[in-house]
Amino acid sequence: MDTLLLYGLAAVGLALSLFKDQAKTKMALKKAWKAFEGILSQFLSVLFLVAAILAIIDTTTISRFLGSGSGFLGILGASLVGAITLIPGFVAFPAAASLLNGGAGATQIAAFVSSLMMVGVVTLPMEMKYFGKQAALLRNGLAWVFSIAAAFFVGWAVSV
Amino acid sequence: MRAFLKRYLVAIVAAIAFILFILFIPAWRGKALDSMVFQTKTMLLVIPPIFILLGLLDVWVPREKMIRYMGEGSGAKGTILAFLLGSFAAGPLYGAFPFAAVLMKKGASFRNILIFIGAWSTTKIPMLLFEMAALGKRFALSRLAIDIVGIVIIAWAIKLALPSKEVNRLYAEAEKME
Repeated sequence: MDTLLLYGLAAVGLALSLFKDQAKTKMALKKAWKAFEGILSQFLSVLFLVAAILAIIDTTTISRFLGSGSGFLGILGASLVGAITLIPGFVAFPAAASLLNGGAGATQIAAFVSSLMMVGVVTLPMEMKYFGKQAALLRNGLAWVFSIAAAFFVGWAVSV
Repeated sequence: MRAFLKRYLVAIVAAIAFILFILFIPAWRGKALDSMVFQTKTMLLVIPPIFILLGLLDVWVPREKMIRYMGEGSGAKGTILAFLLGSFAAGPLYGAFPFAAVLMKKGASFRNILIFIGAWSTTKIPMLLFEMAALGKRFALSRLAIDIVGIVIIAWAIKLALPSKEVNRLYAEAEKME
């Protein structure tokens, strides 16, 4: 659904641009291609990395992790799994919902969802290319710590 | 040839590691190939519109405008704009990085760039609607609220911790982009 939105936006933008200035539009597409080519190597490495990691940590493993773990260790585990996997929301949310309905703790699920969104260990090669090692590691480290704090808040908010 | 090798070194190393992985651990072979296909499809689907949009942004938005709206002195207006820009985005977080580089090149402040990245990662509106349907309003909205706070704190902390020399280096790198 959201991808459709993205295509709509790009199509409208492109049409407007073409209408106003053909040469500029051509330049924009050239720049788009250059930018893509510039990051292609990192894109491909992320692809290989994700494929390998999601083979080891598949949905069943994630479910086991989130379902059984209780207490702080469970929250820590859930946030770690969220940090190193790369799963789109439309796959992760229904899976998380069924776990929640099956009795998993809201805090654990929130730790997983938050770190899944904010932390991207596998996409680090791409992030480092634009933001450098320092900033990328800093952002991911801080986001990971924060995702645990956020989990406690959501766990509390859901229970009151 | 040398330039090609240097440029794609990371990808080549990753490819070799992946091939060894599926050769030596047959138990994970099927799943690895399946997720490879799935992730490739996702990437191929989201890449064209994101890069077209960043190309258009690069060509049509003048630097002075970007500085005025999202630059160093843009204040709360810049912060809100960064939040909105990230929230109306779609697609995985890796789509945000090249986009952020163009914003940097155009003169958006580092704090606003970090807020944009944070918003793209956690406050995307289409995803939020989906999250509400799946996990409930209470869960989704409380996560949204706390994550907005988190995005601001994280942006502030990175800005504080990162030496300004490194920030300048990142901007110079972004500027070099054609």
